[in-house]
Amino acid sequence: MSKQSICAWQKLELGAAIRDPGNASALKTGDWRTLVPVLDEEKCIKCTLCAIYCPEFCISEREDGLFRPDLNYCKGCGICANECPKSAISMVMEDK
Amino acid sequence: MTKRIGTEVSLAVADAVKMAKPDVISAYPITPQTHIVEELSEFVANGELDAEYIPVESEHSAMSAAVGAAAAGARVYTATSSQGLALMHEILFIASSMRLPMVMTVANRSISGPISIWNDHSDIMAQRDIGWVQLFVEDGQEALELTWAAFKIGEDKRVLLPVAVNMDGFILSHMIEPVVIPEQSVVDGFLPEFEPQLKLDPADPVTFGPVGVPEVYLEAKKQCEVALNGSKAVVKEVLDDLNKTFGRNYDLIETNGNTGAETRIVTMGSLGESVMTAVDRMNGDGREVGQIRIRLWRPFPAEEFIEAAKGAKRLVVIDRAISPGTGCGPVAQELKSVFYGRPDAPEIVNVIAGIGGRDVPVSDFVKMVEMAEKGELAETYTLWGLNSDA
Amino acid sequence: MLRDIDLSGVAKTKLKEIHTMESMVSSGHRACQGCGEVLAMGMVTRVAGPDTVVCNATGCMEIITSPFPETAWKVPWIHVAFENAGAVGAGVEAGIKALHRKGKVSKMPNIICFGGDGATADIGFGSLSGAMERGHNLLYVCLDNEAYMNTGIQRSSSTPYGASTTTSPCGSASIGQHTQKKNMPQIIAAHGVPYVATASPSHPTDLMDKVAKALAVEGPAYLHIYSPCPTGWGTKGEKSIEIARLAVESNSFPLYEVVGGRYAITKKIKKVKPIQDYLKVQRRFRHLTDRDIAFIQEGVDNSFEQLERLCAATAKPEEE
Repeated sequence: MSKQSICAWQKLELGAAIRDPGNASALKTGDWRTLVPVLDEEKCIKCTLCAIYCPEFCISEREDGLFRPDLNYCKGCGICANECPKSAISMVMEDK
Repeated sequence: MTKRIGTEVSLAVADAVKMAKPDVISAYPITPQTHIVEELSEFVANGELDAEYIPVESEHSAMSAAVGAAAAGARVYTATSSQGLALMHEILFIASSMRLPMVMTVANRSISGPISIWNDHSDIMAQRDIGWVQLFVEDGQEALELTWAAFKIGEDKRVLLPVAVNMDGFILSHMIEPVVIPEQSVVDGFLPEFEPQLKLDPADPVTFGPVGVPEVYLEAKKQCEVALNGSKAVVKEVLDDLNKTFGRNYDLIETNGNTGAETRIVTMGSLGESVMTAVDRMNGDGREVGQIRIRLWRPFPAEEFIEAAKGAKRLVVIDRAISPGTGCGPVAQELKSVFYGRPDAPEIVNVIAGIGGRDVPVSDFVKMVEMAEKGELAETYTLWGLNSDA
Repeated sequence: MLRDIDLSGVAKTKLKEIHTMESMVSSGHRACQGCGEVLAMGMVTRVAGPDTVVCNATGCMEIITSPFPETAWKVPWIHVAFENAGAVGAGVEAGIKALHRKGKVSKMPNIICFGGDGATADIGFGSLSGAMERGHNLLYVCLDNEAYMNTGIQRSSSTPYGASTTTSPCGSASIGQHTQKKNMPQIIAAHGVPYVATASPSHPTDLMDKVAKALAVEGPAYLHIYSPCPTGWGTKGEKSIEIARLAVESNSFPLYEVVGGRYAITKKIKKVKPIQDYLKVQRRFRHLTDRDIAFIQEGVDNSFEQLERLCAATAKPEEE
């Protein structure tokens, strides 16, 4: 069996369709990140803009009512920090 | 009630499509296919056919819309010719690779340039590798019945591929022929409702047409190839069913005349009728000549052909298309490949005839046989009827 | 053709609720950092919701959401080719419509086509025009990042004047793209479809309200969304929304809608910013001289004046 292949042809769905909707979420794009957003909880006014403008759709409201990214997906683009009206988010070099 | 009518073959095909109850018809006019989709639009306009009729702005969109509709789970029909088929080219591969059944009548016509509206097979021969089941019909009755068979073949769970029904433009599409049209209930009994295996349904979201990364592209192609090769048995089964239902005797490969003769003429499409007349005439004159007719072109029924050609010393293969830069026409190429390395391989003499609507009278086939038997035809191929100073 | 289409009943999106509306594109997609295009696409699907079928043209969004065996799509999705999203959408719509009429499908879903500017304004132009003209009940969304980004930043007919791309490079004998951006929204409006609008992810409620209206109208709708591309424009990922906002606030990409043929600006800019503010933050415009910028400013002003005149000319007459 070729190591270059990921699926035996007999196991493919018809027409190589994918029947596991949204399974891309298994890909942790957080690996791409060099800078990580850090929230200053004192400054956050819970305006939700960071969640609205996040191209990874990975910022959501947490139990404490604050909005934080899921670092499994955050690519560190910095839009949230740039758009935060209270400058509550800063992008810092991440130690990995 | 079963009707026997005299009708233009295109209109008979439209009747067949209506009786197959398609959900969607995508259509773009091109000669000589247009009468089919005109008639279908009338059926829809008159309320005789409950289908969405999409008068698209190009054949590329006709095939694209057909793919979209088939992915939505609809039974889909379209028809085209020549340049229209060429414009669809890109999407034809995608329809088969997505495993979407649909039926397309191709009223075969020459490919430009120079522009020609007349008949040959150069349009479909440029589409040999699209992964569709490809059938050829010889007469109006067959055009009607193979339309139903095409839906049944393509929609079979073992196949799930698009099917092209080839019929010669003008010399068949525009002929007035007697056609027997059965009752709707007979067609319904033969052709069950389409049950799509995958469809665009929010209740079960499927991603159709993802990126075929190198780790899967080959396997995706293999799946389609296996489905196409496997469709031969289904075509045979459906033809057997058709024969029982409609009282015919269709097969993948058929023979006529002297089946033990050293010389056999091989045809595909409606020239087969002229050849049949020529063969009957030669047989009547006491000459041993047989005929082999190819109904299924893709997948090519090699074993059945070898069986049909048993005992032949010489095949006079009539091609209806030129394959530039190669040694012969497409059908002859196919047969050379089929017989390669076999001890019983007959000599293959290739005559490329009826190009761009050039008429081939019955007497010409008699002459071809005579010349072939005397070794007077070129070893590669002969462009029949060519006006040459040499 | 002017028609009165009442969209006052269409629910509006509340800014504070957007984060609760689920994107039908999942996290884990492979778009570049700071991609404005996937963000805009996500916003569209937040409104459309799960009862939606998506037809995607070949391009960045297709590639980044569907590398086998992964799909970022939570809704049924089909990609066929580059130039035919309009026709595929038309077929999907016709297929589901027929099956619905025959009782085999219980409900008509939203049908949304996504194409980039190349797929929309260039290679898929005819296919889109056909789908719009024939009146299919679908929404076509052009995600306009103003060049062929997926293949490496080549110019399209939607690339703006003065932009340097890999096939319209600036040089001693060229300003870069020397043609004016094709006006797709107005071309589609000329088809007489019920709803056309421009939108920008910098203005999310405006964008999402337009999606809701586009899905509410009977017949074809077209949304032209400005989609910042850090990779293709030579901008920083974090600036995507800022640049999108500058495009709107400089009147370079005005937000408007055309409902039943009536043009209306949906976001009036009180203090219009000079186009220089927009151009200077992008590497694709870095070579432009003051004279070039003055010329572009003139074009922006003229185009905006034309838009205002269209609004005035097509406005519903005041009741007397």
